[in-house]
Amino acid sequence: MEMNDSDYKKYAERRAAKSNLPADCAKAFLVGGLICCIGQGFYDLYTALDISEDNVKALVPVTLIFIASLLTGLNVFDNIAKFAGAGTLVPITGFSNAVTSPALDTKAEGFILGVGAKIFTVAGPVILYGTLASVIYGIVLYFIETR
Amino acid sequence: MIDYIWAFVVGGLLCVVAQVLIDKTKLTPARILVIYVMAGVLLTGIGLYEPLVDLAGCGATVPLTGFGYSLAKGVEKAIEERGAVGILTGGLTATSAGIAAAIVFAWLAAICFKGKPKD
Repeated sequence: MEMNDSDYKKYAERRAAKSNLPADCAKAFLVGGLICCIGQGFYDLYTALDISEDNVKALVPVTLIFIASLLTGLNVFDNIAKFAGAGTLVPITGFSNAVTSPALDTKAEGFILGVGAKIFTVAGPVILYGTLASVIYGIVLYFIETR
Repeated sequence: MIDYIWAFVVGGLLCVVAQVLIDKTKLTPARILVIYVMAGVLLTGIGLYEPLVDLAGCGATVPLTGFGYSLAKGVEKAIEERGAVGILTGGLTATSAGIAAAIVFAWLAAICFKGKPKD
Protein backbone atom coordinates (compact mmCIF):
# COMPACT_ATOMS: atom_id res chain seq x y z
CA MET A 1 0.00 0.00 0.00
CA GLU A 2 1.42 3.38 -1.00
CA MET A 3 0.78 6.45 1.05
CA ASN A 4 2.10 9.97 0.91
CA ASP A 5 2.82 11.95 4.08
CA SER A 6 -0.56 13.62 4.43
CA ASP A 7 -2.40 10.35 3.79
CA TYR A 8 -0.32 8.74 6.46
CA LYS A 9 -1.01 11.58 8.89
CA LYS A 10 -4.76 11.18 8.37
CA TYR A 11 -4.47 7.43 8.74
CA ALA A 12 -2.44 7.81 11.94
CA GLU A 13 -4.92 10.32 13.37
CA ARG A 14 -7.83 8.04 12.61
CA ARG A 15 -6.07 5.19 14.35
CA ALA A 16 -5.10 7.43 17.27
CA ALA A 17 -8.65 8.72 17.68
CA LYS A 18 -9.88 5.14 18.05
CA SER A 19 -7.68 4.39 21.03
CA ASN A 20 -9.54 4.40 24.29
CA LEU A 21 -7.30 4.94 27.29
CA PRO A 22 -9.28 3.17 30.06
CA ALA A 23 -9.97 0.13 27.86
CA ASP A 24 -6.35 0.00 26.63
CA CYS A 25 -5.11 0.18 30.21
CA ALA A 26 -7.46 -2.57 31.39
CA LYS A 27 -6.30 -4.88 28.58
CA ALA A 28 -2.62 -4.09 29.24
CA PHE A 29 -3.14 -4.72 32.97
CA LEU A 30 -4.87 -8.08 32.45
CA VAL A 31 -2.49 -9.51 29.85
CA GLY A 32 0.65 -8.06 31.49
CA GLY A 33 -0.41 -9.35 34.89
CA LEU A 34 -1.22 -12.75 33.42
CA ILE A 35 2.19 -13.07 31.72
CA CYS A 36 3.91 -12.27 35.03
CA CYS A 37 1.79 -14.94 36.74
CA ILE A 38 2.79 -17.47 34.06
CA GLY A 39 6.41 -16.50 34.82
CA GLN A 40 5.74 -17.03 38.53
CA GLY A 41 4.22 -20.42 37.70
CA PHE A 42 7.39 -21.51 35.91
CA TYR A 43 9.45 -20.08 38.80
CA ASP A 44 7.56 -22.25 41.30
CA LEU A 45 7.66 -25.27 38.98
CA TYR A 46 11.43 -25.09 38.47
CA THR A 47 11.98 -24.49 42.19
CA ALA A 48 9.87 -27.59 42.95
CA LEU A 49 12.09 -29.55 40.54
CA ASP A 50 15.07 -28.79 42.82
CA ILE A 51 16.76 -26.48 40.35
CA SER A 52 19.10 -23.99 42.05
CA GLU A 53 17.79 -20.46 42.58
CA ASP A 54 20.36 -18.92 40.22
CA ASN A 55 19.36 -21.29 37.44
CA VAL A 56 15.65 -20.78 38.06
CA LYS A 57 16.17 -17.02 37.70
CA ALA A 58 17.84 -17.61 34.33
CA LEU A 59 15.38 -20.28 33.11
CA VAL A 60 12.17 -18.31 33.74
CA PRO A 61 13.00 -15.53 31.22
CA VAL A 62 14.42 -18.15 28.81
CA THR A 63 11.10 -20.04 28.94
CA LEU A 64 9.02 -16.90 28.33
CA ILE A 65 11.38 -15.85 25.51
CA PHE A 66 10.94 -19.29 23.91
CA ILE A 67 7.14 -19.14 24.10
CA ALA A 68 6.99 -15.59 22.72
CA SER A 69 9.42 -16.46 19.91
CA LEU A 70 7.36 -19.54 18.97
CA LEU A 71 4.10 -17.57 19.02
CA THR A 72 5.73 -14.88 16.86
CA GLY A 73 6.77 -17.54 14.34
CA LEU A 74 3.25 -18.99 14.34
CA ASN A 75 1.87 -15.49 13.69
CA VAL A 76 -0.15 -15.62 16.91
CA PHE A 77 1.86 -13.10 18.94
CA ASP A 78 0.90 -10.11 16.77
CA ASN A 79 -2.79 -10.83 17.30
CA ILE A 80 -2.36 -11.00 21.09
CA ALA A 81 -0.23 -7.83 20.97
CA LYS A 82 -2.91 -5.96 19.01
CA PHE A 83 -5.32 -6.67 21.85
CA ALA A 84 -2.90 -6.26 24.76
CA GLY A 85 -0.77 -3.26 23.69
CA ALA A 86 1.78 -2.64 26.42
CA GLY A 87 0.60 -5.83 28.15
CA THR A 88 2.75 -7.95 25.84
CA LEU A 89 5.33 -5.24 25.06
CA VAL A 90 6.64 -4.56 28.57
CA PRO A 91 7.20 -8.15 29.81
CA ILE A 92 10.27 -9.99 28.47
CA THR A 93 7.91 -11.41 25.80
CA GLY A 94 8.05 -8.02 24.07
CA PHE A 95 11.85 -8.19 23.95
CA SER A 96 11.67 -11.69 22.45
CA ASN A 97 9.11 -10.59 19.86
CA ALA A 98 11.32 -7.59 19.03
CA VAL A 99 14.17 -9.97 18.13
CA THR A 100 12.14 -12.67 16.35
CA SER A 101 9.99 -10.31 14.26
CA PRO A 102 12.86 -8.69 12.31
CA ALA A 103 14.52 -12.12 11.98
CA LEU A 104 11.40 -13.39 10.16
CA ASP A 105 10.85 -10.21 8.18
CA THR A 106 14.41 -10.05 6.83
CA LYS A 107 14.78 -13.74 6.00
CA ALA A 108 14.24 -12.95 2.30
CA GLU A 109 17.32 -10.68 2.39
CA GLY A 110 19.53 -13.61 3.37
CA PHE A 111 20.89 -15.03 6.62
CA ILE A 112 23.94 -12.77 6.88
CA LEU A 113 22.93 -9.32 5.67
CA GLY A 114 19.23 -9.90 6.38
CA VAL A 115 18.66 -11.88 9.57
CA GLY A 116 22.23 -11.44 10.85
CA ALA A 117 22.44 -7.70 10.38
CA LYS A 118 18.87 -6.76 11.25
CA ILE A 119 17.97 -9.11 14.11
CA PHE A 120 18.67 -6.33 16.65
CA THR A 121 16.98 -3.49 14.76
CA VAL A 122 14.45 -3.02 17.58
CA ALA A 123 16.06 -4.81 20.54
CA GLY A 124 19.53 -3.36 19.92
CA PRO A 125 18.75 0.00 21.55
CA VAL A 126 17.49 -1.84 24.64
CA ILE A 127 20.74 -3.80 24.96
CA LEU A 128 22.89 -0.75 24.17
CA TYR A 129 21.29 1.64 26.65
CA GLY A 130 20.76 -1.06 29.27
CA THR A 131 24.45 -2.00 29.15
CA LEU A 132 25.48 1.65 29.10
CA ALA A 133 23.35 2.38 32.18
CA SER A 134 24.78 -0.66 33.98
CA VAL A 135 28.38 0.45 33.27
CA ILE A 136 27.65 3.98 34.52
CA TYR A 137 26.10 2.46 37.65
CA GLY A 138 29.18 0.22 38.00
CA ILE A 139 31.55 3.20 37.81
CA VAL A 140 29.58 5.12 40.43
CA LEU A 141 29.35 2.07 42.69
CA TYR A 142 33.05 1.28 42.32
CA PHE A 143 34.11 4.77 43.34
CA ILE A 144 31.71 4.88 46.29
CA GLU A 145 32.97 1.50 47.54
CA THR A 146 36.69 2.20 47.09
CA ARG A 147 36.71 5.64 48.63
CA MET B 1 -1.51 -17.69 46.15
CA ILE B 2 -0.67 -14.25 47.52
CA ASP B 3 2.57 -14.42 45.48
CA TYR B 4 0.51 -14.62 42.31
CA ILE B 5 -1.76 -11.75 43.28
CA TRP B 6 1.24 -9.47 43.86
CA ALA B 7 2.90 -10.67 40.64
CA PHE B 8 -0.31 -9.94 38.74
CA VAL B 9 -0.91 -6.50 40.28
CA VAL B 10 2.67 -5.20 40.08
CA GLY B 11 3.34 -6.68 36.62
CA GLY B 12 0.00 -5.40 35.36
CA LEU B 13 0.60 -1.89 36.73
CA LEU B 14 4.04 -1.67 35.09
CA CYS B 15 2.28 -2.41 31.79
CA VAL B 16 -0.43 0.18 32.47
CA VAL B 17 2.22 2.91 32.97
CA ALA B 18 3.67 2.04 29.54
CA GLN B 19 0.19 1.98 27.98
CA VAL B 20 -0.51 5.49 29.28
CA LEU B 21 2.84 6.64 27.82
CA ILE B 22 1.95 5.08 24.43
CA ASP B 23 -1.54 6.61 24.32
CA LYS B 24 -0.75 10.03 25.78
CA THR B 25 2.73 10.83 24.46
CA LYS B 26 4.47 10.44 21.13
CA LEU B 27 6.88 7.88 22.60
CA THR B 28 7.26 4.82 20.35
CA PRO B 29 7.30 1.32 21.88
CA ALA B 30 11.07 1.04 21.23
CA ARG B 31 11.71 4.22 23.23
CA ILE B 32 9.52 2.98 26.05
CA LEU B 33 11.50 -0.27 26.24
CA VAL B 34 14.75 1.74 26.43
CA ILE B 35 13.30 3.95 29.17
CA TYR B 36 12.10 0.86 31.09
CA VAL B 37 15.50 -0.85 31.03
CA MET B 38 17.33 2.31 32.11
CA ALA B 39 14.72 3.00 34.80
CA GLY B 40 15.26 -0.54 36.08
CA VAL B 41 19.00 0.07 36.44
CA LEU B 42 18.45 3.44 38.12
CA LEU B 43 15.76 2.21 40.54
CA THR B 44 17.93 -0.78 41.50
CA GLY B 45 20.92 1.51 42.04
CA ILE B 46 19.04 3.75 44.46
CA GLY B 47 17.63 0.71 46.26
CA LEU B 48 13.98 1.02 45.29
CA TYR B 49 13.59 -1.95 42.95
CA GLU B 50 14.85 -4.73 45.22
CA PRO B 51 11.93 -4.35 47.65
CA LEU B 52 9.54 -4.57 44.68
CA VAL B 53 11.19 -7.83 43.57
CA ASP B 54 10.89 -9.19 47.13
CA LEU B 55 7.19 -8.29 47.13
CA ALA B 56 6.11 -9.22 43.61
CA GLY B 57 8.66 -11.81 42.37
CA CYS B 58 8.08 -12.30 38.67
CA GLY B 59 5.71 -9.32 38.67
CA ALA B 60 8.86 -7.19 39.00
CA THR B 61 11.45 -9.37 37.22
CA VAL B 62 9.48 -10.29 34.07
CA PRO B 63 8.73 -6.70 32.89
CA LEU B 64 11.64 -5.01 31.13
CA THR B 65 12.50 -2.98 34.23
CA GLY B 66 13.49 -6.41 35.61
CA PHE B 67 16.02 -6.69 32.79
CA GLY B 68 17.54 -3.45 34.11
CA TYR B 69 17.41 -4.92 37.63
CA SER B 70 19.39 -7.97 36.43
CA LEU B 71 21.95 -5.72 34.72
CA ALA B 72 22.45 -3.68 37.89
CA LYS B 73 22.58 -6.68 40.24
CA GLY B 74 25.09 -8.32 37.89
CA VAL B 75 27.35 -5.29 38.08
CA GLU B 76 27.13 -5.22 41.88
CA LYS B 77 28.07 -8.90 42.11
CA ALA B 78 30.88 -8.69 39.55
CA ILE B 79 32.51 -5.66 41.22
CA GLU B 80 32.41 -7.49 44.54
CA GLU B 81 34.00 -10.61 43.03
CA ARG B 82 36.57 -9.19 40.63
CA GLY B 83 36.91 -5.46 41.23
CA ALA B 84 36.93 -2.77 38.55
CA VAL B 85 36.71 -5.23 35.62
CA GLY B 86 33.28 -6.15 36.97
CA ILE B 87 32.04 -2.71 35.87
CA LEU B 88 32.25 -4.02 32.30
CA THR B 89 31.49 -7.73 32.76
CA GLY B 90 28.65 -7.67 35.29
CA GLY B 91 25.69 -6.45 33.26
CA LEU B 92 25.93 -8.71 30.23
CA THR B 93 27.03 -11.71 32.31
CA ALA B 94 23.86 -11.53 34.38
CA THR B 95 21.62 -11.11 31.33
CA SER B 96 23.49 -13.44 28.96
CA ALA B 97 21.01 -16.33 29.22
CA GLY B 98 18.12 -14.10 28.11
CA ILE B 99 20.01 -12.41 25.29
CA ALA B 100 21.46 -15.69 23.97
CA ALA B 101 18.03 -17.35 24.20
CA ALA B 102 16.41 -14.49 22.26
CA ILE B 103 19.08 -14.78 19.53
CA VAL B 104 18.89 -18.57 19.27
CA PHE B 105 15.08 -18.83 19.28
CA ALA B 106 14.72 -15.92 16.82
CA TRP B 107 17.22 -17.53 14.46
CA LEU B 108 15.50 -20.92 14.73
CA ALA B 109 12.15 -19.20 14.07
CA ALA B 110 13.64 -17.67 10.91
CA ILE B 111 14.71 -21.18 9.82
CA CYS B 112 11.45 -22.93 10.69
CA PHE B 113 8.74 -20.41 9.83
CA LYS B 114 7.82 -18.47 6.74
CA GLY B 115 8.74 -14.80 6.76
CA LYS B 116 5.85 -12.40 6.60
CA PRO B 117 5.14 -11.26 3.05
CA LYS B 118 5.92 -7.58 2.58
CA ASP B 119 2.90 -5.45 1.68
